[in-house]
Amino acid sequence: MIDKLQPSPAAALADVPDGATVMIGGFGEAGLPQELVSALLDQGARELTVVNNNAGNGDRGLAALIAAGRVRKIICSFPRQADSHHFDRAYRAGQIELELVPQGNLAERIRAAGAGIGAFYTPTSFGTELAHGKEQRQIGGRGHVLEYALHADYALIQAERGDRWGNLVYRKTARNFGPVMATAARITVAAVREVVALGALDPEAVVTPGIFVQRLVCCPRPAATTEARS
Amino acid sequence: MSWQAWTRTQMAALVAQDIPEGAVVNLGIGLPTLVASQLPPGREIILHSENGVLGMGPPPGPEAADPDLINAGKQAVTLLPGGCFFHHADSFAMMRGGHLDICVLGAFQVSTRGDLANWHTGAADAIPAVGGAMDLAIGAKQTFVMMEHLSKSGDSKIVAACSYPLTAAACVSRIYTDLAVLAIEAAGLRVLARCPGLEHRQLESLTGLPLRA
Repeated sequence: MIDKLQPSPAAALADVPDGATVMIGGFGEAGLPQELVSALLDQGARELTVVNNNAGNGDRGLAALIAAGRVRKIICSFPRQADSHHFDRAYRAGQIELELVPQGNLAERIRAAGAGIGAFYTPTSFGTELAHGKEQRQIGGRGHVLEYALHADYALIQAERGDRWGNLVYRKTARNFGPVMATAARITVAAVREVVALGALDPEAVVTPGIFVQRLVCCPRPAATTEARS
Repeated sequence: MSWQAWTRTQMAALVAQDIPEGAVVNLGIGLPTLVASQLPPGREIILHSENGVLGMGPPPGPEAADPDLINAGKQAVTLLPGGCFFHHADSFAMMRGGHLDICVLGAFQVSTRGDLANWHTGAADAIPAVGGAMDLAIGAKQTFVMMEHLSKSGDSKIVAACSYPLTAAACVSRIYTDLAVLAIEAAGLRVLARCPGLEHRQLESLTGLPLRA
């Protein structure tokens, strides 16, 4: 019987080695798998390369991982935010490397990796300093820049419901990077708010087919989340 | 000074009036978000947000805020009937693939040929952040800029050539400032509207560039 359900976030992340490239879903805190990131912090892997849209908010989640000095390099589009103080400090101290990527290139490089595409040309960033040192060519009379696929060892994503085959559905804008990151990692770990029986998800509405998910963890929604935000 | 600069709300209303019925629009972070509340009633306009939503509605009351339903500025929003969600690669395909009719962006500088600088001051100690600005600027059918006409030090933000790092070259078609609305055309900048009391010559002098009436 195929059963991707793991007993805990810790069990799902026990084999993450030092130096791993880890994609972490989420846009700000929407879709950020807090329980998985906390488990990664407890697990102890160091020298990580992290792929996320941002570089941590406040003091928990990705920010806590950066504060603990566990991230060697971050690949993201929007590191600077009002509450990104842990990243700001580490960056200014030269303790973390930043690869700044336009958000659409970030999403498309991840998608390309998942789809077996080695690289692609895009007009995004043509004529800007983010194109320096990259191959460029004219296509259809327009300048394009070569961007390579972005693979990961692990992807940690948040979904709403999943079944034991790893089929997933998401919730509202928390979907964001989850479906593309799931395709681009050797091992995708999905935290879901609820595990449902095989067949309970409408097959027409499955967003991430289970083939892209290797491990599933049930992390019920914390009761305080909504209150804390309002 | 005898003129009366437009307020931010008035600027937003000027942008909103130029968004036609049926348009799909992305409003950038900051000043452009004010446009949403100025859209003329009776026009059906679909708002896109790059984190993965089409058909975005107004902010919810504080009781109804949902941390899973936010816009690109990470503020709580609502979904209108007919709205939908999608993942980031689809969302950026909408932007990069030329499917959005208009994007409205803030800016540090815009050049007379429509070059846009809005992501980085280039200062040595600044932490750069680009987000989706480069994708919107190259991808939307039209890029509007909404910004103050003058910097805090009184320099024109409309320039012959951008001194800040570019977001994209020759992408802006229209500029809305607190002093004027300008079209960027092959022949140069053309003034479409001026704030009350501002003479054409005064606007040219403040901008430091020749402008067509």
